[in-house]
Amino acid sequence: MAKADPAVPAGSAHPLSRRRPLGDRVFAIIALASGLLVLVILVLIAVSTSQQASSWFTTEGLTGVFSTTWNPGKNQFGAVAFIYGTAVTAVIALIIAVPISLGMALLLTEVVPRRWSRPIVYVVDLLAVVPSVVWGLWGILVLAPWLQGIYNSIASGVNGIWLLGTLFGGDNISGASFFTAGLILAIMITPIVTSLTREVLATTPNIDKQGAYALGATRWEMIRGVVLPHSQGGIVGSVLLGLGRAMGETIAAALVIGSSATITSHLFAPGYSMPAVIANEFGEASGEFRAALMGLGVLLFAFTIIINVIARGVVERSARRSRGA
Amino acid sequence: MAVVADQPNVDLREPPSWRRTKNRIMTWLMVLAFVLVVVPLGFVLFTVIAKGASVISWQFLTADIPINVMPANVGGMGPAIVGTIEITALATVIAVPLGVLGAIYINEYGGKGLLAQVVRFMADVMTGVPSIVMGLFIFSIWTLHYGFSGLGGAFALACLMLPIVIRSTEEMLKLVPDSLRQGSYALGATKARVTMTVVLPAALGGIVSGALLAVARAAGETAPLLFTILTVTTVNKNVFYGPNTSLPSQIFANASSAFTGAQARGWGAALTLIVIAFILMIVARLVTARFARYSS
Repeated sequence: MAKADPAVPAGSAHPLSRRRPLGDRVFAIIALASGLLVLVILVLIAVSTSQQASSWFTTEGLTGVFSTTWNPGKNQFGAVAFIYGTAVTAVIALIIAVPISLGMALLLTEVVPRRWSRPIVYVVDLLAVVPSVVWGLWGILVLAPWLQGIYNSIASGVNGIWLLGTLFGGDNISGASFFTAGLILAIMITPIVTSLTREVLATTPNIDKQGAYALGATRWEMIRGVVLPHSQGGIVGSVLLGLGRAMGETIAAALVIGSSATITSHLFAPGYSMPAVIANEFGEASGEFRAALMGLGVLLFAFTIIINVIARGVVERSARRSRGA
Repeated sequence: MAVVADQPNVDLREPPSWRRTKNRIMTWLMVLAFVLVVVPLGFVLFTVIAKGASVISWQFLTADIPINVMPANVGGMGPAIVGTIEITALATVIAVPLGVLGAIYINEYGGKGLLAQVVRFMADVMTGVPSIVMGLFIFSIWTLHYGFSGLGGAFALACLMLPIVIRSTEEMLKLVPDSLRQGSYALGATKARVTMTVVLPAALGGIVSGALLAVARAAGETAPLLFTILTVTTVNKNVFYGPNTSLPSQIFANASSAFTGAQARGWGAALTLIVIAFILMIVARLVTARFARYSS
């Protein structure tokens, strides 16, 4: 590195002249410090929030933390209902958003001509510009009342039928529910999943695609035979990143999820998720209640960090492989 | 000639087959995916504009926030607009210089070294940290000790913006050709001087547009502000002291209110917020188009 660095005068005999001027070194140190700030902040987040949450972990113990009872009035703070709600809404969001994002990414990279793809990208980006709280406002005042009627008729139709009744039946039907939250989350993660998937798909070598066409493949056969196998890893990575986003999305979920700490298989029933309960309850909480909500934040931070590290790892590995190929 | 006449009559057009039908079905499914994205977007924009435009007036943009029971034509969102602008501006002042310097470290100093790669990777990971966690973080290290203030909110937003600015700036620095750096080294410039006077100006357009997109995202964030600034009903001009409020916080509060007047003010605030975000996005596009010298 030292010999390649052109900022160090080459061949100077005097050791002093090899030293960079003071201002130059100060600038390098400031830049280094700013870079390290990222690591410092991540460590500080983990330390400071865990510290605030420690009384929850110590008084409840593992069994208390991972219990299903959430009753602040009786000082019972079990996290399972919120973990369940976070997982269920995130899975619903992925089931809806992944096929749509993949379809749109394929449309943009393989189907439409380049001059059409720009306006389409703008439209998808607009989705990302609409703030989370506006999706929540629309979700609770417009979408939820409208969905309530649809949910009711679906529920009365499938009640008693195996599996369908378990998922979409039940008698506690609400417009603000797991499913509505999942829908809104799906809309919100679609832009990021689409743009990441598009980047991955675009790395498919042109020569492979033309080879498939030369063998007489239709466009869809070319996509299935060349583009998708080539992009597999990257697509998995972008889906995982979307999962992380869906789990952490707070305000929209807080407004439309129904705010009820229950564990039920009925997706049209009101539920709760980890970020939503923090957003709704933290302002009024104190003592162990606050510590418990802070603890939910710590768990959420841990989950999203793990998912993001895995996802970024997968994306980088597949990017490196496709560059090498 | 006789040879040609003897050839069997071959139809070179492909016969309609299941393969071709499947291809067509799949193409239409991709178009359907696009339609499924446009419908909710159109729905939301239509509702926000229809319900928000009737509320917005000069009074709405400047007056203090009334209590929720008041009808839609009383009061406005002045304090929230002032708060959003103050807090987002302060967050930008904190996050953009640090983010640009961080990117300079990764791209100009760290290079392929292990530490720089770790920082780059963690900046990527940090973009995925939920915004509510940033709020809890600033609450526990700042608000608990120094009380609610716009400054705390700005810290939380800055934490969200920092990794976005780092990554977008780094992408732009990568595009600056090495020959520019080598040319200035050849003239005897130090590394700091080359970075500040040659590399940064060359990448400026892209850096500014990336920063603006980060600002647009931060301006719409609610979760980091909930426990760091609280809400107030009158204008707080001092961003460094005392509780403050913002447009997203007010929309969140009004959305769960049962009063139609409060809901109408919520729609008005939503329209204002979207307009601010769109302006930032359009300016970012213009800056990219006008100043980007090196683009991917």
